[in-house]
Amino acid sequence: MDKMPAWADAVLVPLISILIAAVLSALVIAALGMNPFEAFRLMVEGALMKSSGWGYTLYYATNFIFTGLAVSVAFHAKMFNIGGEGQAQIGGLGVALCCLFIPWPHWSLALIGATISAAAFGALWAYVPAILQAKRGSHIVITTIMFNFIAAALINYILVNILRPSGGMEPATATFPEAVHLPTFQDMFSTADNVLFRGSPANITFFIAILACIAVWLLIWRTRLGYEIRAFGHSETGAKYAGISPVRITVISMLISGALAGLMAINATMGEAERLVLNASEGAGFIGIAVALMGRSHPLGVFLAALLFGFLYQGGAELAFWANIPRELITVIQALVILFTGALDNFVRWPLERLFLATRKKGTA
Amino acid sequence: MDFGTLIQLLESTIRMSTPLLLACLAGLFSERAGIFDIGLEGKMLIAAFFSAAVAFSTGNVWLGLLAGIAASVVLSAIHGLASITFRGNQLISGVALNFLASGLTVLIAQSWYSQGGKTPTLTGDARLGEVTLPFADALRDVPFIGPIYADVISGHASLVYVAFLAVPLTWWVLFRTRFGLRLRAVGESPEAVDTAGISVVRLRFTAVIICGVLCGIAGAYMATGLQPFFGKEMTAGRGYIALAALIFAKWRPWYALMACLLFGFLQALAIRFQNFDIGPFTVPVQVMDALPYILTVIILAGFIGKAIPPRAGGEPYVKER
Repeated sequence: MDKMPAWADAVLVPLISILIAAVLSALVIAALGMNPFEAFRLMVEGALMKSSGWGYTLYYATNFIFTGLAVSVAFHAKMFNIGGEGQAQIGGLGVALCCLFIPWPHWSLALIGATISAAAFGALWAYVPAILQAKRGSHIVITTIMFNFIAAALINYILVNILRPSGGMEPATATFPEAVHLPTFQDMFSTADNVLFRGSPANITFFIAILACIAVWLLIWRTRLGYEIRAFGHSETGAKYAGISPVRITVISMLISGALAGLMAINATMGEAERLVLNASEGAGFIGIAVALMGRSHPLGVFLAALLFGFLYQGGAELAFWANIPRELITVIQALVILFTGALDNFVRWPLERLFLATRKKGTA
Repeated sequence: MDFGTLIQLLESTIRMSTPLLLACLAGLFSERAGIFDIGLEGKMLIAAFFSAAVAFSTGNVWLGLLAGIAASVVLSAIHGLASITFRGNQLISGVALNFLASGLTVLIAQSWYSQGGKTPTLTGDARLGEVTLPFADALRDVPFIGPIYADVISGHASLVYVAFLAVPLTWWVLFRTRFGLRLRAVGESPEAVDTAGISVVRLRFTAVIICGVLCGIAGAYMATGLQPFFGKEMTAGRGYIALAALIFAKWRPWYALMACLLFGFLQALAIRFQNFDIGPFTVPVQVMDALPYILTVIILAGFIGKAIPPRAGGEPYVKER
């Protein structure tokens, strides 16, 4: 018999965890000498009360949807892909090569090309840790951490020595040609006398992120492969007994995970920066961990959690601007979310289970 | 490369290896007891900040060291609570604590000093002094041995010697004491330890706290010895390099010393030469940055011997399953 009804497991536990994280974050803000309610008001005002604020919130959310889905897919196979950061940066390299060296006639074709290229490069970067885990038993967490650093060094080398335009001072590629400029929300939704999303980086990639959510949902819960991934994640020995190859599932789920992380680059590199810069992923790969944990590895949960983190990111920028509270506040909130929804899950779960058991006993007696 | 440059390089290697070595031994205690710790980075960072802050306000580096150790041990205790008491995922807990340290240090530094996440520069007794070993000056003129003794071995901050002495001490504790035997046993087979009537929880907490103390010393050295201040993200991935060194060393203390000296040497090279020429080839600085990680992946892949972690590592212990 389950100790808790399904709704409590899916909704109540994460909600309480987030509440604890929120209260602690409020305490941190108060300790910094600011009224937490005032801070929250500033964040809402800057992130949600004007269309350009939404433009930034949705832009960040798009990044986090991709990296959150990436971590989720690996979680379903019971693997912890901490390498989203590296995979996203290498995905950025894929986008940059695709945009710089292929003369695209129209942005729509470029978008398809860049999507394939970003996914392929991201998947490639996840392939080596995957195959090492599957064939040689090296721990995926450690190898993906190492690959984050190797990716950073590689991108640094390529930007400084190979792709930097002659005479360029910064380690960055040349700006992509005008033809591959993706339509931003401002281009799409503004009318002649009413400019919406002014100057904000949200772009068409947001819809690709939504498609990715649906695709991941279909994959995990509606296909044979998804069933195999979940079975493998649930019990490796059980899956083996049912004829599922651990090597195949490990590699395939990591490839999908890496591809999703790589896709983040079409938003950040093609949609926003329009050139490849150093550290283009800006920590989004790590936020994916928080998003996946908070969203319980379900695409809908990931989508909502990504929106929340998009709001926090944009709100945090507003706080830094208006209240002189450093953006690192978001890092602290992110840490608390990961801690309470991830590592300290049982801290919330155990008392709740006891509570439900107690009420049930009373009911039967 | 002439002899003088080599001496400088080796001297710098010793300094760069010190935080790696302390963090690596910290990880050794924790992981040998079956608790994975990818939060070495965060513990070093928070220790670096609090040691610099307290050393700055009291003017006493030793109080700073204590504060650093205390801050690091607090994070260790949270890690223990999450991974031992509440049987949470140790890797996720480590990730969370790294972010916590990375965010909190900047927030507090900005709130206290308003210098963009940096502490003021330490002077006088707030910094670690240099220790001159006996006869260093007298022996300096002896050819070859003299400069090595006087410049490479002597003249470092005291915590450098603490780090290097910690290697034989760790070996002795882990392999020659009853406590060490139990600690290693709890990382391999906690049920056996439990059957023998020894508390798994207490042993693992002890290991995690020792890990915190060593990370604290590492962080304090970074902010009061290696640099005379705390700067944003100043550990710059050293916690992960220490983790790499730990795997490279296959969880053994003497090998950890070798691995940390090697990785410290790579860091010293990267600082000294932007691009390093070997005959007709030029090795770019990025290769030296990435080399510790690449070597670790190769080791992990089992191409040079096999790195086998403690058997019960990462698994929370459930009594009477």
